[in-house]
Amino acid sequence: MDQGLDGGDQLSRLGWRAGWALAAAIPAAFLVVFFAWPAATLVARGFHDGTTWTLEGFTAVFESRRTWRAVGFTLWSATTSTLFCLALGLPGAYLLFRTRFRGRDTLRALVTIPFVLPTVVVGVAFGSLLRTDGLLGWLGLSGTPVAILAAMVFFNYSVVVRTVGTFWARLDPRLTQAAATLGASPWRVFRSVTLPALAPAILSAAALVFLFSASSYGIVMVLGQTRYSTIETEIWFLTTQLLDLPSAAALSITQLVIVTLALWLSGRAQHRMTRALRLQPDVAEVTPLRMSMDWGSVLVTLLVAVVLLGLPLANLLWRSLHLSGRLTPDNFVRLGTQEIFGATVWGALRTSLQTALAATAIAVTLGVLVALVASRRPRRGGARAALSTLESLFLLPLGVSAVTVGFGYLITLNRPPLDLRSSLILIPIAQAVVALPLVVRTLLPTLRAIDPRQLEAAATLGSAPLQVFRRVELPHLRRGLGLAIGFAFATSLGEFGATSFLARPDNPTLPVLIFRLFGRPGAESYGLALAASVVLALLAGVTMALAERLRPKEVTSW
Amino acid sequence: MRTTLKVLAAGALAVSLVACGSGTDEPGPDAGGGATDGALTESDTLTVLTHSSFALPDELKKKFEEETGYTVTYTAPGDAGALVNQLVLTKDSPLGDVVYGVDNTFASRANDAGVLSPYESEAGSPDESLAAANLTPINLGDVCINADKEWFAEHDLEIPATLDDLTKPEYRDLLVVSSPASSSPGLSFLIATIGAKGEGWLDYWRALDDNGLLVVSGWTEAYYTEFSGADGEGPRPLVLSYSTSPAFTVQDGGSTTEALLDTCFRQVEYAGVITGAQNEVGARAFIDFLLSPEVQAAIPENMYMYPVVADTPLPEEWERFAPLSDHPISVSQEEIGANRDQWIKDWTAAIS
Repeated sequence: MDQGLDGGDQLSRLGWRAGWALAAAIPAAFLVVFFAWPAATLVARGFHDGTTWTLEGFTAVFESRRTWRAVGFTLWSATTSTLFCLALGLPGAYLLFRTRFRGRDTLRALVTIPFVLPTVVVGVAFGSLLRTDGLLGWLGLSGTPVAILAAMVFFNYSVVVRTVGTFWARLDPRLTQAAATLGASPWRVFRSVTLPALAPAILSAAALVFLFSASSYGIVMVLGQTRYSTIETEIWFLTTQLLDLPSAAALSITQLVIVTLALWLSGRAQHRMTRALRLQPDVAEVTPLRMSMDWGSVLVTLLVAVVLLGLPLANLLWRSLHLSGRLTPDNFVRLGTQEIFGATVWGALRTSLQTALAATAIAVTLGVLVALVASRRPRRGGARAALSTLESLFLLPLGVSAVTVGFGYLITLNRPPLDLRSSLILIPIAQAVVALPLVVRTLLPTLRAIDPRQLEAAATLGSAPLQVFRRVELPHLRRGLGLAIGFAFATSLGEFGATSFLARPDNPTLPVLIFRLFGRPGAESYGLALAASVVLALLAGVTMALAERLRPKEVTSW
Repeated sequence: MRTTLKVLAAGALAVSLVACGSGTDEPGPDAGGGATDGALTESDTLTVLTHSSFALPDELKKKFEEETGYTVTYTAPGDAGALVNQLVLTKDSPLGDVVYGVDNTFASRANDAGVLSPYESEAGSPDESLAAANLTPINLGDVCINADKEWFAEHDLEIPATLDDLTKPEYRDLLVVSSPASSSPGLSFLIATIGAKGEGWLDYWRALDDNGLLVVSGWTEAYYTEFSGADGEGPRPLVLSYSTSPAFTVQDGGSTTEALLDTCFRQVEYAGVITGAQNEVGARAFIDFLLSPEVQAAIPENMYMYPVVADTPLPEEWERFAPLSDHPISVSQEEIGANRDQWIKDWTAAIS
């Protein structure tokens, strides 16, 4: 009898292991086929000139001063943008997720809008503010690194606010209460209790912002007015304009090294700092805003919301309500009724939503699997290292150039059974590759922070592994899911890099339609493009607000 | 450190997997020589590759499908440069059957790489100056500096006329162009300056630069953000655009902008059959279709270019406000093909 039980136990343990292996294998296969293989094939072309292997790309690229300038500017701009996003985003995370005030939910939706705006729209919104005769023209920022940074922060602010905010919301308030009771000042409490507890989420957000900033193409080109180059802009130029694959390959490897290094640093820091926290599966108590205590956060967030996010968005809205200098809703009326290149805005809206839904389904399904696997707590060091490698691998798509992946698709996904180049399904797949890292990074800190004693207690009380999973981990996972879905959806809605290489003129997504409208002369095209941008912004705000409301029906508290 | 090694190792593994994969390459398509007359391929689908500005009315596209019986798929993977580079990259497994949107600044690259099959439609223009090997000209347009007439009237300043005028001190800080390294009109203008200035073209650009030239990334940023004569109402009254742009700034029977016809480069856009096409019959039919009177007549309103077929009716506003230059600056396709990349690199090193 005893033996039988043992055998059953072992069998079930084996079964679990096999299950986890499978859970890791599915997303890994996806990543290999739709990311690693295409990108590596294109890079390999740069090292193989048809007959022999060559390293000429490396020599040519690294002898050029331009390359080193680009590397330097990439590191500088991505690091600075990350620091600014953190400095401005932490007060925002506190305000929007730990306090209660009127208009909070609207503000939460507002801060996400920039995240989905295509760069051509950001260029118009910022450009007309910053140019010499613009509202902020007196600052003289047009075409400076500061303009690039401002746009990077504009894009990524919400990544910090949301990633850190949702985590913060669930931090056990008793931690800080205890410290405060013991007489610590609010600042001291924040520094010695709250900040260390938030560290995993902060590092997670920082890694994301760094990768987004380091691999942004449009922002650097449009706002830097071609005066600054990063590794990413050089790769685009070398690949799409010169087809100089050897040099592009050398730069892609450089990019990969930098990204890997950044991920390794953040992974290490995270390991050191993550401790098991008492996370509430449900949102912890939210206090009403108290100006006497919170004035600092209010000031910073107000400044960001009004100047950095509000002005460009208001500028966009204001312009969309003008046609030939007159204030009128005409652009929106025409957008709703008129045909544009044989498509209508409704058609584009539908295509965008369908694509985004498909991409979200893929990214969230795979992301949940990755997060669950990566949050296992094996006792052996080797297994732990393997898990953290797995996690890092899934972040790589954010750090590798969209042009490398996009051009890679063309030379890999070209024969059955993967002859997908002109298939519509490739667009959501490409977007899911970009959204997957966000989903993983959103879910992981929450799962990691589950107190192991919770898991052990459940197991000791006789729960089978499946029940522990259902009773403890699933509720935590669900809480993070709304945010993950929101991010995946928003990423897909706004994705333009990979999408533009696969674009189908008959079924454009909204960003592709906007891009094409902005490429045509005439007051009408310009007005339509602005109105369509506002629609996209609204769509982003609404879906993010909805995602936030995605709460499981059963109340889970234990 | 261990993690790094693992990540790198995984990368190396991926690379070596790919290397193995490419060992089993299919034999290349033998279409290059075999697909002249005689045995043309055909299938019931047709894939059309275009640049991202391609647009035609739905009725016309449907009509083509009905008349030929093909199911047509359109893909638009980028501007002319990106389009040609993708063709070159995918030579062994073509992206489609027929390409539209290769222009005269990139035609030679496509031909040097052998990605086009010989076919030139007889329906096309007899104009020899537009001819290119294996390509049929479909439409053309002039890339020229545009001026905001109202601004110059208000400031009581004469509108500049020539490239040299643009370097004069009275026009300081007035001009915005898009970069030749990231935009197709930018590249056209770069070639215009080379055609006009010869060896001294870089000096000319330095003079422009010294005179307060602003270079931005693309046409949209130049025209809608910086230019004073368009709806973005920017600060600069001189912008690099097309000779047809003034037809879109018509107010009260007159255009508020004009193109400087001495600064123009003629851009010609072509269509061609892609080497290794699965449907060469359909590809040829599509090129002929692009030259049909209905499509030629639809080109101005849909793609903002002039049709190549003479006598095609033009929109009334074009007749009045969007003339072509009668003496565009020209540089031969061979010369462009041989030097394009070096010119862009030299320009980038000197100006941006």
